[in-house]
Parts: sequence; structure tokens; C-alpha cells
Amino acid sequence: MEENKEIIEIIRGKFGSDIVESETDGDMPSVTVTSGSVYSIISFLKNDASAGYEFLTDLCGIHYPDNKLPLGVIYHLHNLRNNMRLRIKTFVPVECPEVDSLTPLFSAANWMERETFDFYGIRFRWHPNLKRILNVEYLDIFPMRKEYPLEDPTREDKDNRFFGR
Amino acid sequence: MEIIDPHIIIQPEDTDKVYTTLNLGPTHPATHGIFQNILTMDGEIIIDAEQTVGYIHRAFEKIAEHRPYYQIKPLTDRMNYCSSPINNLGWDLTVEKLLGIKTTKKIDYMRIIIMELARISDHLICNSVIGVDSGALTGFTYVFQEREAIYEIYEEMCGARLTTNLGRIGGFERDFSPAAITKLRDLLKRLPNVLREFEKLLSRNRIFMDRTIHVGGISAERALNYGFTGPNLRAAGVDYDVRVMNPYSSYNDFDFIIPTGTQGDTYDRFCVREEEMWQSIKLITNALENMPEGSWHVDIPGIFLPPKEKVYSSMEALIYHFKIVMGEIGMPAGEVYNAVEGGNGELGFYLVSDGGRTPYRLHFRRPSFIYYQAFPEMIKGSVLSDAILTMSSMNIIAGELDA
Repeated sequence: MEENKEIIEIIRGKFGSDIVESETDGDMPSVTVTSGSVYSIISFLKNDASAGYEFLTDLCGIHYPDNKLPLGVIYHLHNLRNNMRLRIKTFVPVECPEVDSLTPLFSAANWMERETFDFYGIRFRWHPNLKRILNVEYLDIFPMRKEYPLEDPTREDKDNRFFGR
Repeated sequence: MEIIDPHIIIQPEDTDKVYTTLNLGPTHPATHGIFQNILTMDGEIIIDAEQTVGYIHRAFEKIAEHRPYYQIKPLTDRMNYCSSPINNLGWDLTVEKLLGIKTTKKIDYMRIIIMELARISDHLICNSVIGVDSGALTGFTYVFQEREAIYEIYEEMCGARLTTNLGRIGGFERDFSPAAITKLRDLLKRLPNVLREFEKLLSRNRIFMDRTIHVGGISAERALNYGFTGPNLRAAGVDYDVRVMNPYSSYNDFDFIIPTGTQGDTYDRFCVREEEMWQSIKLITNALENMPEGSWHVDIPGIFLPPKEKVYSSMEALIYHFKIVMGEIGMPAGEVYNAVEGGNGELGFYLVSDGGRTPYRLHFRRPSFIYYQAFPEMIKGSVLSDAILTMSSMNIIAGELDA
């Protein structure tokens, strides 16, 4: 666990200006980085011997409508040799939601990025095949964004407060 | 050991050549689920493949943002419906991790028994379906009886069979009934013989071996790059198992082996699953023998749903029942990633809570979704019938694929 915290110091030493925030209190260390530096940081974490985070566990989007940079991408990396996990976050503006694709590093990122694009509209630069994956291709919204309600918003017969929502 | 590349090298594209496009799916008996493969074929050889997924997408992640924590569990058992109790208990463990609840040994051991039963039923189906797709229907009909027995045990535990909705946040609704224990002991007595018989049918069967060895192989390096976990990764030779790497639910109390393969082909995947079932039997037997005394639920009012008879007779229980079901319980803000070893690999729950009655964001790391993208690479250059075997040995569950 101690080593696990060292990785944040290593990233901070190498990419100091790109680190927005870091946190070590949660279930795993978490680093928020600028969207332009995601690729270089994860590339370093994967390829550098001192890091060794060579397994991409998960990649998903998140939406905080009230933040200055509302759309986020969250990466979970795993160092299988030393069994350490690391969370990388990056946030982008809603007008220009662009992040570099991780597909050159991880083949697994391909569909996970397509899923994130499908639901949040985050575009991944240099992705080989960035199109919708689970939703129909002619859908013109990004349904997981918070402004899209689950049910028909014009419905009046049902008060959601009474349904645990 | 000599590792043979099963892929035939495809000659540079001949412009005069006419390729055939073949739609495998969306509803095809050999896909065992609703997903489509558009194959480009040169005669019988697959040149390229493209998958279309999402036919049974049900927006579970969006629904989960609008449901209190107690109402999310029924969503999880519709993902991998071959091993739904693992999904259910994985969700419980995630919420418990967020709340910081420590469960008793009794709960942990009960969970191990249920999760290993689910793993056996999942692997039984997968392995027997590999048999079916290679032309051996007999094994399938044999082991389906045992899967039925496992479902009957679920029935004794929670009343449901397929979509189990088993367990609760902070434990179980009731202890295992005597009938459940009897059925479990009967199963443990019978299952080794059935498995042995099943293995006799297939493991060293010349036809089966010829059909599966060097079919649909993937190297350990590519498998890791593609995010493989579970039996598919272990068949490629990487001994990564969440139960050992990040022990949850007291798995570290038990001694078991992580089987690994060498070539990552269909036969290795079959053998790894076969051995995992033996290990699961061992785990269940040990957990049942060493089952500690104690409570089957944690006593935290406001988290654990009170027993029904108390709800009818005690005011506090009624209030808590109402608050829990309506999602009026205080949840701490925070984020957790929790993984369990599902039937197909690392089943992860990434939960972000803002302290509200519903999760702010819930993402399911679905192993099938992540490793199905490797399918074109695994089947390029092989014949169509091998592609079908590769698909069934990867154990892709449409519900988990599409969430």
C-alpha cells in the first residue's frame, strides 16, 4: 500500500504541471490530470519499469453538469505484478469533449471508449472506429448525460418522490 | 512446449477475388445469445469479422442512477444470468465497501458457498455447450441435471431460480434452511461423479481434442492487452484471479489452486473451467464443514432490511423497512471500485455516491463486453466451425455484453 502512494509522487515529479489533483484516502490512489496529458501519463505508467501499470481494468465516463469541466473520463489501471490499482481522471468541457484515445496502448480501450462516446459524447482522438456501440446509430443524444431523464418528463400521473427517486 | 500459431497467413489481397459476406446472428442457434457477427469469408476461411452488439441493451447504468441502492440488485442478476448470485453478492459487497461494513465470518462463508455454486453452474453450461458445438450433445444433457439441482438449491435459499436477487446488503434475509443444506450435501456427493463422467466423455476424446486444440488461441500478452480476465486469461497462462489477488468475503481462509493453461486455445479454456469446478467443489465443502456459528446478517438498523415478522409487529422495524425500501437511508459520499471474480472474469462495480438516495454514477465492468472485442483477432484465418467453437468457449453472455 505504501508503494501504491509512491506512484503519485513519481507522476507528480514527471508530469507536475499536468496534475490537477491527487488523492490517496479512497480505496485506491486517484489522480486528476489535464485532458491533454492523459495519453502521455498512461503511456508512461504502462511502459515505464518503475510503474508497471500494464492492465487497463476499466474506462468509463461521468457527467457533473455543474462543474466548469462537466464531462469526465475515469480510467482504472492495475499493476498485476505488485497488485496495485490506480485511478486516473480527466475532465473536459462539454463544447469540445476530446481526449486522446488509448487504443494504441490497450486494445481493450477500443470498445470501452466507444461505449463512453456512445453514452457521454466524449470524442476520442485517433480512435480507429469511433461510432456508437450499444445504442442505435441514428440516436442524436448522449443518454447518460444528466440532462436526459430516465422516463418521459411530460408524464404527470406519477410523482417520483414517492418512488424512491 | 511448441506453440503453434493456429492462424493461417492470408495472402496479399487479390483484386479479382470475390469474398462472401456471412451474417452470423443476430439470432443464430450457435451464438447462444443475441449478437451479430458479420464475417467476410474466402470460401470456408474467415478473412475478417465485425461484431454488432447492443441488441438487448437495457440501460442498466441509467436506471441505476434513479433507483435506491436496494432496488439495484435486481438489475445486476440480469447481466450474467448464468451466474446471477455472483452479480448480486458483488453488488452487496460494493455497497458494504462504500459503507465500511465488516461482515461476520458466517456471512462470508455463506457467500462463498453461493458464489462457488454459481461458478459451477456457469462453467457447467459453458463447457457442455463447447461439447454441443463440437457435436457432442450427450454431456450437455447429463450436466444440465446438476445445474437444475443447483437452481433448486437457490430456490431453497431465496425462492428464485434464474434471476435470484439473492442476499441483502449486510448479509442474508435468512439462514440456509435444513432443506437447502440437505440438497447441497446431496449435490456435493453426486457432482464429483458427474464431473468425472463428463470429463471421460470429452477431455481425452480424440474428436473433441482435434476440434479444440489450437483453435481460437490467444497469447498471454495479447490477452492482457485486450483486458481478458477470468478463465479466458488463465487459459492463456496468467494466474490472475480476483479471489486471490484482492481477497473478498474471506476467500483467504481457504486453500485452492488457480488452474492455468499454456496456449490460450479452446481446449485450454475448457480444461481451466473444468479444474475450476473441482476447486469450487473443494471450496464449498470446506466452507460448509467449517461454517462458523453466528448471525447471518449484520445488526445495523437502517442498512439491513429487518425481518418481515418484525415489520408487522414492531414500529422501529416498520420505519426502517420503509426508509430502506424508499431509499431514505444515509449513504456516505465517496467512490469505490469493487471487483469480484465472476463466472467470466473480473466483474467490477465502479460506484460514485454523492450522498443521495441513488448512486450518482454506477458503472459495471462487464468482462464479456471487454473480451468479446478480441473475437475477430482470434478467429481470423480459421474456418467457420472453429469460430463457433471459439465463441462458445469464450462464454459470452449476451446480457452481460449489453448491460
